[in-house]
Amino acid sequence: MSKTIAVIDYGMGNLRSVSKAVEHVAASCDRVQVTDDPAFILSADRVVFPGQGAARDCMAAISDHHLNRAVLDAAHSKPFLGICMGLQVLMEFSDENGGTELLGLIPGRVHRFPADMREQGQRLKIPQMGWNRVHQVHDHPLWAGIPQESRFYFVHSYYIDPAEQALVAGTTDYGITFASVLARDNLFATQFHPEKSASAGLQLLKNFVEWDG
Amino acid sequence: MLAKRIIPCLDVDAGRVVKGVQFVDIRDAGDPVEVARRYNEEGADEITFLDITASSDDRETIVHVVEQVAGEVFIPLTVGGGIRTTEDVRRMLNAGADKVAINTAAVFNPAFVKQATERFGSQCIVVAIDAKRVSAEGEAPKWEIFTHGGRKPTGLDAVAWAQKMVACGAGEILLTSMDRDGTKIGFDLILTRAISDAVTVPVIASGGVGTLQHLVDGVVEGGADAVLAASIFHFGEYTIGEAKRFMAERGVEVRVQA
Repeated sequence: MSKTIAVIDYGMGNLRSVSKAVEHVAASCDRVQVTDDPAFILSADRVVFPGQGAARDCMAAISDHHLNRAVLDAAHSKPFLGICMGLQVLMEFSDENGGTELLGLIPGRVHRFPADMREQGQRLKIPQMGWNRVHQVHDHPLWAGIPQESRFYFVHSYYIDPAEQALVAGTTDYGITFASVLARDNLFATQFHPEKSASAGLQLLKNFVEWDG
Repeated sequence: MLAKRIIPCLDVDAGRVVKGVQFVDIRDAGDPVEVARRYNEEGADEITFLDITASSDDRETIVHVVEQVAGEVFIPLTVGGGIRTTEDVRRMLNAGADKVAINTAAVFNPAFVKQATERFGSQCIVVAIDAKRVSAEGEAPKWEIFTHGGRKPTGLDAVAWAQKMVACGAGEILLTSMDRDGTKIGFDLILTRAISDAVTVPVIASGGVGTLQHLVDGVVEGGADAVLAASIFHFGEYTIGEAKRFMAERGVEVRVQA
């Protein structure tokens, strides 16, 4: 049966890659729609919530597009995939931009990587940019067919620090060990970009479009 | 642990991949979409397109190339060459580029880098630096920024310039040694190390790769976070997979395709 997959567009970052990657793995009868229409998001079968840029700009853009309620409703009611800032803004508060209130769906905060991190004698750069390993903390339908410790593509200077460790579905080491994936009920959210992570990323997106939440 | 990236670079002129030796001898290396597809299959960590098209009539071609590649290659794509306005940046990002490299325009208008990073985010703005050594043998090394394919000196010190670009919000530095570009004798490792130590953001080393050991040297001695090369991959001397195996055997952390 044909399904609709909404890719939420609130003006933060280029969504072409996300929608192309989802189309690539979705069934041919599925409809992938980039949209900022709250009604469409509420009626879609599943929702992808991407995002790039600064926390304050993202929050302002969500609000300007009148998407707060639609995002929160979707995150409670249907298969929901947050990507990058689409993960971070689900938390309560970010240190970015001198402190930014977030959507508050998941208890916890967002911090900047410490400036002086080192690994094997080398100073670590910020942003973390490139392919890092994700340790799958527990089984999840979205990990199906993806080998443990697979590499995914990351670009970020801030990381989430959730209050409930039980929600952490994946961790990554970059100077510190941080939560790179959250999972709760119908919600799955990644700090990395599955749409830019070659075969591992495409497998995750494929698992998402087949997931009932 | 974060992997060091291997980035094949495609110089594109009017829709064809070319690679000049020190910007002179242009050889045709194929259709950019096909070449990008092959690099992706070989395990490239990113792909960079540098548009060297001179005529403005043909500039639209690169947009179509990026659109086509982005529709089927799901790794990060960077586009540089001729990016002068925030509208140019927007057009490339909309076509499917993840990052845009700004070169000459940054030199003439550093505020442009700040505008672009504020509007689109630091994560997608790469500042490309073409540096040439200006100190004599035996002197303390010093490099200057050159523009227009390495023809025009600017009087700007390369290390100070890199720091200034990061202060303007650049998320990454693409560093090309004009002395080494196309020579195949290896990166300028002292330059690479100087820039990498001077900035907080990732540095991509470019210019001079002729052997796989050069890639290792760029990371280990130069301190680069990523290495960019063109001709050793284009003309089939090495595959990306061979390069990664070579680097991994020498202790460099790389992503190996499952």
